[in-house]
Amino acid sequence: MRFRAKIVDLACLNHFSRVVNTVARLAKTCTLRLTADKLYFILSDKVANGGVSVWCELCQGNFFDEFQMEGVAAEHNEIYLELVPENLSRALKTAQNAKTVKIKLTNKHCPCLTVAVELPSLSSSSRIVTHDIPVGVIPRRLWNDFREPGVPDFDVSIYLPVLKTMKSVVERMKNLSNCIVIEANLSGEMNLKIETDLVSVTTHFKDLGNPPWASDDECQSSAQGRDLESMAEARIDIKKLLQLLAGQQVNPTKALCNSWTAQLCCMNVKCFAVQIIYRTCLEPLSRMKGASQVVVYVTIRTGV
Amino acid sequence: MRCVITGGNVKVLGKAVHSLSRIGDELYLEPTENGLSLRAVNSSRSAFASFLFVPLFFQLYERGSPPRAGQHFRCKVLMKSFLSIFRSLPSLEKTVGKCLILLKPQASRLVVQLHCKYGVTKTHNLAFQECERLQAVFSTRQCANSLCAPARVLAEAVVHFPATLSEVTLSAGPGGKISLRNYVEDEKEPGRTMVTELWLAEDEFQEVAVAPGTCITFCLKEFRGLLTFAEASNLPLTIHYDAPGRPAVFTLDDPLLEVHLVLATLSDPESISQSPTANGASELPTPADDFADDLESYMIAMETSAYEGGSGAPPSPTFPLRTPGPAHSEPEEEEEEEAVPGTPPHKKFRSLFFGSVLTPGGPCLAPTQEVLAEDSDGEY
Repeated sequence: MRFRAKIVDLACLNHFSRVVNTVARLAKTCTLRLTADKLYFILSDKVANGGVSVWCELCQGNFFDEFQMEGVAAEHNEIYLELVPENLSRALKTAQNAKTVKIKLTNKHCPCLTVAVELPSLSSSSRIVTHDIPVGVIPRRLWNDFREPGVPDFDVSIYLPVLKTMKSVVERMKNLSNCIVIEANLSGEMNLKIETDLVSVTTHFKDLGNPPWASDDECQSSAQGRDLESMAEARIDIKKLLQLLAGQQVNPTKALCNSWTAQLCCMNVKCFAVQIIYRTCLEPLSRMKGASQVVVYVTIRTGV
Repeated sequence: MRCVITGGNVKVLGKAVHSLSRIGDELYLEPTENGLSLRAVNSSRSAFASFLFVPLFFQLYERGSPPRAGQHFRCKVLMKSFLSIFRSLPSLEKTVGKCLILLKPQASRLVVQLHCKYGVTKTHNLAFQECERLQAVFSTRQCANSLCAPARVLAEAVVHFPATLSEVTLSAGPGGKISLRNYVEDEKEPGRTMVTELWLAEDEFQEVAVAPGTCITFCLKEFRGLLTFAEASNLPLTIHYDAPGRPAVFTLDDPLLEVHLVLATLSDPESISQSPTANGASELPTPADDFADDLESYMIAMETSAYEGGSGAPPSPTFPLRTPGPAHSEPEEEEEEEAVPGTPPHKKFRSLFFGSVLTPGGPCLAPTQEVLAEDSDGEY
């Protein structure tokens, strides 16, 4: 099993660390899956973790100048590692003006993901900082636990408002109730609602817009032919939603290029989940190939 | 004592207080003929810092006549209350033109007056406690190794370590390279902690006089406090250190002020395993020669003396009475504190020790104390 990768471009480095930061805020530990052309940050849906799952897929070519990996076997050319994303995020945080960043799989006192950062210094030679992040190698028999989430079959998909606004609303609602009802329809309206014996509070958002791609796809049959005004609703744990909103690294807006959009899918009853999808279009840098989109899927199970 | 500080120096004083507040809960003020000295020591007595502002630093500096022959006034105040006066550095810089510090022993008040813009005067009356002299016994000349670097280089080096990290290990590698790495306690599972190591080339330092292979482990929090001060004042910082376990001395030198930070360092793992209970007062006797060597190698002696040069004999740091009892020192009990050493509860820092030279009339416990470490020639 071998892995080494190198980032030289500052914009790529910056982007990569933003993705890692976002993952770090969402998950304490996660799985890093490496394949020949992609890397994934995965938090699988475990009951112990409170039913939140994250799936983040990155094309290595969009970030790395060099990327070499050798999996356990030729027919299973993949590596699955368990790591604390906070560690990786911290290592990258102080590397923002680095000349190069190398990431390697090493075996020191234990298996480590070694991040070696070459920093400019006041003298002729550069400073070298190495971070040995302990990782656990996940055996092949457990690989099946980390499967790509299926294409969401949702009722409604909607852009989220500025997450800061949403956060301050949800923060106040948290004091009143344990669970929150999210309602949304296909004409850009969303309600955040709590209902208790004593009080019911609803915050209304409008003109949020619905992502256009939602209706193109054949799979999303539930959304088609749906009454534009009718609300789809999901009930989720308010703390989990808040944890997500509080941890937001990216500030989604739908207008600008190279920024993130957050989109909410109120899934239908079959899935029992609400999914928030962060996506970003990268600025077309010359060295980047193909469609450079980063998508982070965060799923929260409904039904508290 | 009466002194007046003007202009940018007010901010320098404020920054010094901020830096001292990282160390202890009490601020010791001592007006001397060489200037005003501010000191602090942490509760476990493993860190000591002193800032000496020379008379030139002040617009006016009057030490004041000694109230009783031969005795100069020293006091300590609560760090919290003194810090609150200088809490906001930006506003200090923007609004304060002049700062007046007055020590009124008769009224039992330490008065700090800030003369601000638009004729606003803020007067703070602080209660103080008379105290003995606080002085760590250390000598930079006895340290075999020294390093000098611009504060910025070191400040940029420590940002790579998490804020929660307590200790770093500094070591000298081949070719004059200096490395800093986070210290991981053995008890912790090695597979859980991220290890960060940073290498600095020799040419980033102004002076490197270290033996390759030497290394020391010290607390990062106090060091960070000093670095913040040094970086803001744009002063080079010198690190003097000796064998592991002996105190490391961090100094800043400027015509207007002298700063010393003395930090206990972790002793060698081998010597720890030889005498695992060698901290605190309740230790078991160990082979004498071994033990004495050990002592000499790790102590920061702290002395308190009621009289400045009042006794003919040099103040001798003495080893604490070996009485079973709590190992924690209580800073409030200066008087009875015959060298009860304290160590941070879970750390293996061999801290310190401080002897007490008692007044001749006072209860004399000194003869019962066993002198195990020679006095080092202090710098004060």
